[in-house]
Amino acid sequence: MRAPLRWLREHTDLSADVSAEQVAAALVRVGLEEEGLHRADVTGPIVVGQVLSALPEPQKNGKTISWCQVDVGTEVKGIVCGAPNVAAGHQVVVALAGAVLPGGFEIAARRTYGHVSDGMICSARELGLGEDHEGIIVLARPGLVARPGDDAAELLGLGEATVEVNVTPDRGYCFSLRGIAREYALSTGGSFTDPVGPDLAVPAPDDAGHPVRLADEAPVRGRQGCDRYVARSVRGVDASATSPYWMQRVLQQCGMRPISLAVDVTNYVMLATGQPLHAFDLDRLAGPVVVRRARDGERLTTLDGVDRALHAEDLLITDEAPDGTSRVLAIAGVMGGASSEVTPATTNLLVESAHFDAVTVARSARRHKLSTEAGRRYERGVDTDLADRAAELAVRLLVDVGDERVAAQPIRMAADLPARLVGVDYTDAQVDDALRAVGCDVVRDGAELVVTAASWRPDLVEGADLVEEVARVVGYDTIGSVLPVAPSGRGLTRGQHLRRSAARALAEHGLVEVLSYPFVAPSRHDDLGLPVDDPRRTALRLVNPISDEQPLLRTSLLATLVDVARRNLSRGVRDLALFEIGRVYRPAGDLAAVAALPRAVRPSDAELAALEAGVPPQPRRVAVLLAGQRERAGWWGPGRAVDWTDAVGAAQALAQALGVRLGVEADDHAPWHPGRCARLTLPDGTLAGHAGELHPRVVATLELPARTCVAELDLDALVAAAPAQVPAASLSTHPVALRDVALVVDDAVPAVRVEAALRDGGGPLLESVRLFDEYVGEQVGAGRRSLAYRLTLRADDRTLTGDEAEAVREAALASAAEVGAVLRAT
Amino acid sequence: MSAPNSSYDPVEVAALSEASVAAAVEQALAAFAAATDLEALKAARLAHAGDRSALALANREIGALPPAAKAEAGKRVGQARAAVNRALTERQVELEAGRDALVLLEETVDVTLPVDRVAPGARHPLETLTERIGDLFVAMGWEVAEGPEVEAEWFNFDALNFDPDHPARQMQDTFFVDPPEAGLVLRTHTSPVQARALLERGVPTYVICPGKTFRTDDLDATHTPVFHQVEGLAVDEGLTMAHLRGTLEHFARAMFGADLPIRLRPSFFPFTEPSAEMDLQCAVCRGGGCRTCGGTGWIEWGGCGMVAPNVLRACGVDPDRYSGCAFGMGIERTLMMRNGVTDMHDMVEGDVRFSAHYGMEV
Repeated sequence: MRAPLRWLREHTDLSADVSAEQVAAALVRVGLEEEGLHRADVTGPIVVGQVLSALPEPQKNGKTISWCQVDVGTEVKGIVCGAPNVAAGHQVVVALAGAVLPGGFEIAARRTYGHVSDGMICSARELGLGEDHEGIIVLARPGLVARPGDDAAELLGLGEATVEVNVTPDRGYCFSLRGIAREYALSTGGSFTDPVGPDLAVPAPDDAGHPVRLADEAPVRGRQGCDRYVARSVRGVDASATSPYWMQRVLQQCGMRPISLAVDVTNYVMLATGQPLHAFDLDRLAGPVVVRRARDGERLTTLDGVDRALHAEDLLITDEAPDGTSRVLAIAGVMGGASSEVTPATTNLLVESAHFDAVTVARSARRHKLSTEAGRRYERGVDTDLADRAAELAVRLLVDVGDERVAAQPIRMAADLPARLVGVDYTDAQVDDALRAVGCDVVRDGAELVVTAASWRPDLVEGADLVEEVARVVGYDTIGSVLPVAPSGRGLTRGQHLRRSAARALAEHGLVEVLSYPFVAPSRHDDLGLPVDDPRRTALRLVNPISDEQPLLRTSLLATLVDVARRNLSRGVRDLALFEIGRVYRPAGDLAAVAALPRAVRPSDAELAALEAGVPPQPRRVAVLLAGQRERAGWWGPGRAVDWTDAVGAAQALAQALGVRLGVEADDHAPWHPGRCARLTLPDGTLAGHAGELHPRVVATLELPARTCVAELDLDALVAAAPAQVPAASLSTHPVALRDVALVVDDAVPAVRVEAALRDGGGPLLESVRLFDEYVGEQVGAGRRSLAYRLTLRADDRTLTGDEAEAVREAALASAAEVGAVLRAT
Repeated sequence: MSAPNSSYDPVEVAALSEASVAAAVEQALAAFAAATDLEALKAARLAHAGDRSALALANREIGALPPAAKAEAGKRVGQARAAVNRALTERQVELEAGRDALVLLEETVDVTLPVDRVAPGARHPLETLTERIGDLFVAMGWEVAEGPEVEAEWFNFDALNFDPDHPARQMQDTFFVDPPEAGLVLRTHTSPVQARALLERGVPTYVICPGKTFRTDDLDATHTPVFHQVEGLAVDEGLTMAHLRGTLEHFARAMFGADLPIRLRPSFFPFTEPSAEMDLQCAVCRGGGCRTCGGTGWIEWGGCGMVAPNVLRACGVDPDRYSGCAFGMGIERTLMMRNGVTDMHDMVEGDVRFSAHYGMEV
């Protein structure tokens, strides 16, 4: 909401030397957020000029300019003007040499179109008076009277500042000058004059006006859609006439465009009072106005030209023809329709000033995606006792169909509540004065206050609301500072601690943490080559995604991490080592409807459990993506390209940081290369994730570098598998015996099985097994390979004898033989 | 070797003469000094201190001397051999040191060559900052609470006192999950975790809730549809707005340094009453007013207030007995203000250069 200072001054003690910044600061103190200050940045000589002659001169470029002689009071200036509406006899606004217009545009005598143009005849836009750039300002049109040489900046109010504040949803009354003036007076302690005060005489309702019937048969949440409807007929108006300049200026300063007298007056009254008004062309109404809910199949073309299907909850303004047919005129409180719109031909008006229910208007506005000035005010609650006086401001006749205002319920509040919640020892007088200053009626009843809120404050419903009023009126700056002492905490949870370790381990492993948006296109599942029945195709869908192409939430981190990789590649990064930790969203199937629960009431345990059950699983994952070179080339020699081992290695580094040993086996799982995909498991066999090289087809589809390698692991599962405590191990100080064995196995036998067999056979004396060489070639024959292991043998309590060591070796070999590994012939 | 000879005159044994011995010593010392490497020294040692050296041969002659002459000759030769050996050792040490120095010199490398075979990794600064905030509050005895990102509408709105038709509910620009009857949204703030924490822990509760949040804003320099917030909640007996201010001042000092004051100004949130916006004095102009702060001298950091009675009721807490403070701020915004990040794009696009710049710290 914008408040022009000059207008604010009409209703408060605001002396001319108070700056816009000071006004803004005063409003901020009472909770209105400063949105900005607006003033026309115009300096230097800007005067009224009388056009003595205007000679049209066609130009080669097709334009026609006018060479004008303009009387600016002290002399006659020659000025080139390109506007089509300049004519001898007009009074215009002239910026003389030395003037600076908005945007830092300096005026000087300059040579143009073969003349020396000594000044500029200005349009409204050039002066920062709105968007009108159709032509120059002709002062007679908005009815301004002046003499050549008069200060036009003063005449047009160019220097006047406007303060713009952001109105929070609880303070609907501040969507009016009336509300802002009241808050300013409150903040400064000065006086306030209500533009629609009690001395504004309102004629009693009579039957002479246009008939109105309220027929809400389906109130929303038990509230009548309209509890007050004032309709005033005004006849013989030139609706197309322009409104007076002062009113146009207020509208401009408040960010609205002057249109015509009828529209401008309704807007002006709304800005002044907060009461939205609507003007209908009275002659286009077929009969009585009926306020009712929409019926099946009804439609309305609203003033924005959109044909809208109406909903049974929409409250409508309709007219009823003598034959009983009903026609929709407007969606109450939101927007009117084209059929009853005021046109330049309109002479008779019906002005509506009504109190519509906030919920009804809010729902209609949301449903039809119509954000209007009227709707914005109704949604937040319009003063319930304003319609008649607002209408009185605009017109004369009145039909009042009833006075069903809801009387405010008094609020009982413990007298010490302000001190108890704010921590300031307010005196009784401070509390009472503050509440009265915001328009409340205050009575003390022992240890309680009985407070009746003002009619424009529907937001005040309980003690805490009143406490805020006291706190802000006395000032938030009086609140002290005390650091609360919490009971001893338990520190980070094990999961929080381990997740930090996981992220740190990957970063220390040379991977860079990135974050990606979780939104994906359905086609991404195809890009990744997921089988048709893959559970990862079951994704949550957003009703209102940022992009209609990406309505799904990711079911794997890789689905979005690949986009980050591509962005980096497009920015010239060639070697990538990325990781992301985040949630994926894994609905089990179709979502079940969940019963709505009320606010302000603790749900039962069963209701909470049902709510919980309706929230789909969202496990935390960690994903890794590597491409390009893992080790750079340099003076030390060539680099090393990323391969599958880097992905598995990163996964193992991560698991190791958590104290978890991952099992590894071959798998064929999208989007991985079917021959280069490691299935990683927890010690109990549970799947932890996959790592390896991306399928070449996925690489091609997503335009990733060849041999891009990735891993994705379930971080929650890893955390759950991490040991709660690490038991101590004994360290033998006896010497080791080393035995190297080279075993020939079938290609189909994975190394991990051979190693496990050696361990099994070796028993407790076999301290470690390490594969130190793999050989494939003629010497072992096709389809086979040789694996060379170093066995480290050691006993806890003695030095092993040669025979003992040999026995362990033999036992390990015998066990390996069971998986088809035979000692390589030497 | 000669046999003992009682009539033997030592003066007559030339090798044992004073002059001979002195000459042998002199030759030895000269030879050692002349040796320029360990090989040459070895040759000199064999020649002048070995079994065939003049002094060794002379030494053998002593045994043939009459007893009266043995002592003097023995002393002379002994002193001479000691002097020769001392000189030998000294030269040996000297030449070895020289050789060692040469080896080290030859092994010299250019230690300024680059060694970065593997590029360093990095954390995302938003995550690092989140952890730092967590540590600050954990040190005060608070705990870190978490909740789902796809959240039940009841937790995101109703539990927090948003009326189903209140304009504030639209203010949030909520992502709704299909179908709407499932009552699921992408949480628009971390405040639902407040309600979850309170329902789970009861009173007293002191928690912060960091996490991802979602609103239907298009990405621009200051907005992103996916962002991070940290929420603070303390519910206990006797908590007031002074405790709120005290906590926020402590938090602000830890984030921005000791000397930037905060201010509270009245505002509105459905879930707090009284409510306040929390501003931090502009670090650029120190309150004087500049472009960064739009001339106001203050920069908005977050919202806060006393937990609304309806929120306490929804969590089964008696508002007549307990009160609570709550606050929430954007972590992106905090990073922007604290570290001078000027464009939201940098924080959300995943450009590795952004994270890499911070490394492991923020």
